[in-house]
Amino acid sequence: MALYSEKVMDHFRNPRNVGVIENADGVGEVGNAKCGDIMKIYLKIENDVIVDVKFETFGCGSAIASSSMATEMIKGKPISEALQLTNKAVTEALDGLPAQKIHCSVLAEEAVKSAVKDYYDKNGIIYDCKLFHDCANCEHCHH
Amino acid sequence: MKIYADNAATTKMSRAAIEAMLPYMSEIYGNPSSLHSDGQAAAEALSEARERIAKRLGCSAREIIFTSGGSEADNQAIITAAKMGEKKGKKHIVSTAFEHHAVLHALEALEKQGFEVTLLDIHDNGIVTADEVRAAIRPDTCLVTVMYANNEIGTVQPIAEIGAVCREAGVLFHTDAVQAAGHLEIDVVKENIDMLSLSAHKFHGPKGIGVLYAKKGIILQNLIYGGAQERGKRAGTENIPAIMGMAAAFDEACDKIEANSAKLCKLRDRLIEGLCSIPHSILNGDAEKRLPGNVNVCFEGIEGESLLLLLDDKGIAASSGSACTSGSLDPSHVLLALGRPHEVAHGSLRLSLCEENTEEEVEYIIEAVRDVVSLLRGMSPVWRDLESGKKEFILK
Repeated sequence: MALYSEKVMDHFRNPRNVGVIENADGVGEVGNAKCGDIMKIYLKIENDVIVDVKFETFGCGSAIASSSMATEMIKGKPISEALQLTNKAVTEALDGLPAQKIHCSVLAEEAVKSAVKDYYDKNGIIYDCKLFHDCANCEHCHH
Repeated sequence: MKIYADNAATTKMSRAAIEAMLPYMSEIYGNPSSLHSDGQAAAEALSEARERIAKRLGCSAREIIFTSGGSEADNQAIITAAKMGEKKGKKHIVSTAFEHHAVLHALEALEKQGFEVTLLDIHDNGIVTADEVRAAIRPDTCLVTVMYANNEIGTVQPIAEIGAVCREAGVLFHTDAVQAAGHLEIDVVKENIDMLSLSAHKFHGPKGIGVLYAKKGIILQNLIYGGAQERGKRAGTENIPAIMGMAAAFDEACDKIEANSAKLCKLRDRLIEGLCSIPHSILNGDAEKRLPGNVNVCFEGIEGESLLLLLDDKGIAASSGSACTSGSLDPSHVLLALGRPHEVAHGSLRLSLCEENTEEEVEYIIEAVRDVVSLLRGMSPVWRDLESGKKEFILK
């Protein structure tokens, strides 16, 4: 199908890192089923490095491909680098997405950040709220 | 295996249709408006095609206008009724929540011009009733427009009953018969239909050509101004090859309605049975009052587009809702009108068969869908939550 690049189709047909990590150090879930996309990312973290990552996605072809690509881009990387991951980088790595599907790459970026935030929260690590979009209600901001 | 199961989107042209078109591209290519014999040969063919199509619908040739397809015919019918109504101070229209966008968007445009539109509920079976139409008609109603059969879920409406109600109330009745023409018996007189739209490419005819039937006495409102073609109501040189192809395809389809229907209903019912045996799935629309080739099922926990892409990999051309809405992120307005929650409506699959499909193909489709649904559920966090009991299944 010409709707998607070959890269997108490859990651959709053969998604990397699908699955669950039991007792993950950080879990992030973004999106909602009503809108047709949910992404869940599981992180295994050792010494501030993402040693393993898995994802589960409910969504269209580009949502699955974006999750797959995002996990590949952060696997083995220090957390600080994972936090630098942008939706633009995911889109570029996939050789582009149709305009109406860009939000899938945004979800992938948010899912990674949300999983890191969960790791920080679980471990009482202080962080700068500005790193995360949806932290309006987080503890740190109320200081 | 390569299986085309998206005949509600469009069909393969029949041999008869192609052969009927060819001479009008190479030999009889005159303009029907020309006085010379080349033109008059084309004019004769045009008039003969009009007669044949009229005969199949049970109307007279003068009541047939050729259009660019179903959307144009729908627009012209609705705008005509609105203009007629406006002159008498009648600015209310009755329709349904699950019409094709060619109707719904035309109605939205009229709402901006001060018309009021009542959209009837389609219930959980996808069928409106004549009583509800009667109840919705007001003294200022100028039009009732209800589709003959729905394009996504295939449910067939009680058109003759609705026609009788409209005739009794003296309100114009239009039906979008794009999915029904050539598949179901239609008689515009018996069914009290005042205006009807059809499109050739849904019954193995060419794309870009359709018909608007308008009962004698209805003064059509032009959408396209120009020459005197189509009794001055639709300007532009007639697309003779397409019209000839449509007439041939329509004749062929109408001749085979009974035989095709018998064959298709059997395939359809087997497909429905096979797909609905997948856990947490549901058939959309009434099981019996539906088009012979239409199957539409929702699967909980997955999203339709990824299902379609993986089916395409397995050689199956299918659709999720209406092809016209792909690219939009919202789930089908038809499934929402049916009462399906958003998260279920996202997981829909429409398979629309034609008489060329086989039992073997149907079995292959059932197996392929089963595999793909299970694969996608395996990577879906929604499915995990449902299976683990964290969330409750919507589809039992």
